[in-house]
Amino acid sequence: MLTKRVIPCLDVRKGRVTKGVKFQNNVDLGDPVEMALAYSDGGADELVFYDITASAEHRPIDIGMVEAVAKAIRIPFAVGGGISCVADMERVILAGAEKVSVNSLAVRNPGIIAEGAKAFGAQCIVLGMDPVKSGNPACPSGYEITTRGFRDFTGMDAVEWAKMAADLGAGEIVVNSVDADGTRAGFEKQITRMIAEAVGVPVVASGGAGKPEHFPEVFKETNCDAAIVAGMIHSGEYSISQIKEAMLAAGVSVRIRRTRT
Amino acid sequence: MTAIVDYGAGNLTSVRLAFAALGHEARVTSSVNDIEEADRIVFPGVGAAKSAMENLVRLGLVDALKKAAGEKPFLGICLGMQILFDRTEEDGGVDCLGLVPGRVRRFPAAGGCKIPQIGWNDVHEAASGNRVPGLGEYYYFVHSYYAEKGPYTAGVTEYASVEFTSIVQKGGIFACQFHPEKSGAAGLELLKGWLERC
Repeated sequence: MLTKRVIPCLDVRKGRVTKGVKFQNNVDLGDPVEMALAYSDGGADELVFYDITASAEHRPIDIGMVEAVAKAIRIPFAVGGGISCVADMERVILAGAEKVSVNSLAVRNPGIIAEGAKAFGAQCIVLGMDPVKSGNPACPSGYEITTRGFRDFTGMDAVEWAKMAADLGAGEIVVNSVDADGTRAGFEKQITRMIAEAVGVPVVASGGAGKPEHFPEVFKETNCDAAIVAGMIHSGEYSISQIKEAMLAAGVSVRIRRTRT
Repeated sequence: MTAIVDYGAGNLTSVRLAFAALGHEARVTSSVNDIEEADRIVFPGVGAAKSAMENLVRLGLVDALKKAAGEKPFLGICLGMQILFDRTEEDGGVDCLGLVPGRVRRFPAAGGCKIPQIGWNDVHEAASGNRVPGLGEYYYFVHSYYAEKGPYTAGVTEYASVEFTSIVQKGGIFACQFHPEKSGAAGLELLKGWLERC
């Protein structure tokens, strides 16, 4: 049976993993390759790296880091941040990443999704989106897409954007709730559910994970396929095993490697 | 020498790095000569079957691969497994290498299952009783098409209400639908076991 994935997210800033709330107050957490190895050994199903300062500094993604991660770990990983064209995507994929993630770039230029899917296959192209609860009448779902680290409101409806992106060839959609991000109060299930029901591609819940029980909750109450974890494991407070044990206990299909005797 | 066949069907970095992690330097190549001289062949691939078959023809690799598959250890991965069969219904129907009898079909859209299947799924023993190493583990899958079960099916997996061939073995051919190179410790053990057997 296909299992639900748990995906640690590592925000990389100047070559170090950092974590901040709503992109503010970043604290240093460690070396990306060492953390990738530890999470891979600890049972992560996949990893995602965001080079969070690449776009703001108008520089391409740190390919050296992508190569070092690819050399160190044997599970799939996605890379986002600092992607501005198909050639950037190609560099990341050739360096050994399984997927590239686009967010603000795709809002500005939706055609990049189709170009990337045509060049590398839809399974390589992840759309990241940052929806926020909104009373904007242009957004009938009640959620509006923000960009540039939640700074800009686009007037785009989150569910409509997800459908359009999937039609263009996005192979997976990461729904990162602005409202839940950094709160550790649990995933924002309403928008996750709406998008998981609206599109035919896998959906990843993101933002708000604070304790292991939040994972079985989002997998049972929405049709999402994977969920992102960050602060609660970066701090050392919880482990991936604890998350997976909670999923198993709740009857969610999960990959736990059988130990051989 | 282990030859990883490069025929323009996807990125081979992960496959090469997985062998390197086992201390085994494999050569990524499109050369008939390398395929003839290799001790073992790794035949990966992601993407579309039609362009993959066209590339094999264009590069003049079809005969060399067929010959190699009959003579030396041959590991097919993902699309590299699918095009070992007779035919796939992808791209309106494409004749494949015909090294293993059987057909490749698209997952049914009905039933609310997402296509492609992306993620970790388990592989278990096939009814054929054709036992191979690596059964009973989770591996990483990414695919929209699947090989029907047949006499050489050695491992099966379920998705979208279909039980399909996830490992096939026939003579020196060992092929898997999943990506051992991206399947963590279980995948590395599978590759290590294959290297040790051949």
